[in-house]
Amino acid sequence: MTDAHWIPLDMLLAALLLGLGWASVATRDLKRGVALFIALGLLLAVTWARLRAPDLAMAEAAIGAGIAGALLLAALRDEDRAVLPDAPIGGPRLWLLNLFCIGLAGAVGWGLLDAMAGSDGIRLAEVAGDHIPDSGVSNPVTAVLLNFRAYDTLLELAVVLAAVLGVLSLGPARPGFERAGPVLGGLVRWLSPLLIVTAGYLLWVGAHAPGGAFQAGAMLAAAAVLLRLGGRADAGLPAPGALRWLLVAGIAVFLVVGLAVIAPDRAFLQYPQGWAGGLILLIEAAATLSIAVALALAYTGGRPPGWETAGRLSASPSRREGQ
Amino acid sequence: MSEVLAIVLIAAGLLFFAAGSIGLLRLPDMHSRLHALTKADNLGLGLLAGGVALFAGSLAIALQLLLIWLLVLVASAASAHLISQHALRRGRGQ
Repeated sequence: MTDAHWIPLDMLLAALLLGLGWASVATRDLKRGVALFIALGLLLAVTWARLRAPDLAMAEAAIGAGIAGALLLAALRDEDRAVLPDAPIGGPRLWLLNLFCIGLAGAVGWGLLDAMAGSDGIRLAEVAGDHIPDSGVSNPVTAVLLNFRAYDTLLELAVVLAAVLGVLSLGPARPGFERAGPVLGGLVRWLSPLLIVTAGYLLWVGAHAPGGAFQAGAMLAAAAVLLRLGGRADAGLPAPGALRWLLVAGIAVFLVVGLAVIAPDRAFLQYPQGWAGGLILLIEAAATLSIAVALALAYTGGRPPGWETAGRLSASPSRREGQ
Repeated sequence: MSEVLAIVLIAAGLLFFAAGSIGLLRLPDMHSRLHALTKADNLGLGLLAGGVALFAGSLAIALQLLLIWLLVLVASAASAHLISQHALRRGRGQ
């Protein structure tokens, strides 16, 4: 099909996106809003696929629609228990909020316009494209995320960690679900190993095809969500002591590798030629585990039982008794 | 020849999707709506996947599509069961 054939479909997609986005924030019914938001995420994934960005399409479907949808549904389930301020936002506060959102949208729109029309200098995409053979991987997205722009990705992992620290500070995890019946139980037993294998595949394939740490981490987290829905309150996560290490593993390995490669002629995170592929896989493997644990902990909604005492360097049983 | 068959399969698949969607909108109660939606969409997706596999003309892609279809079958059957069981327990089947 030529590009002209796609125009009606693209217009339909854009109109549906706008309509779903509007409907999901405009509805008064929270449950309906969440359902519409999940549909919006799936449609956004289709849009990314249509824009020929399969990496983003996968991330959006797995994290934006899947994990974020599960988080919103879990929050909705908690709403009955939580104490909510019953006065809706109104008056001057609403106007300020609206003004802020319009200002933000304007700034983002201006930035986009400037990037698309204003700049006529060197396009970074072409420079990056020319240097992919030096990056150690052949998937351009992974080359940019883990090599050319590794510093940004390191900071993104720090953002994920900071978000989870916020979740952990909220208090103990939510109570789990009752044990699933035979149908859901069977589905969980069937799907979770499949999800774990898929996560491993996505991590490995990220070097030369769409995939990578974020998608793989979301797959692992999806297995955890499924296990929790099936009645395992710990979401299949390891003991809190190991959990703490897994949570920081991504940033730790990233930092250690970044510092270890420093040499008189090499800067922080500037991998030596020939080593780049292996180092990227090592960093991505650690990042996958950290992202998965972070998303799973966010889904459980707080500190797992035993979190406070576990993982301390001095936490051998005899020492703990003496405290 | 296989292209004609592919188009027939895809058109039939779309017909099932349309029927399922109309059923979702028009049928009177939740259980019959679920019935129409899952049955029609599962078969529709299978026909669609078959047509696309014929277009792709490669055994590897055909097997991947088959796997995707089977996964969707399992997931949609289980979720339809969960939704209707939940509705039945809450007594909102009407």
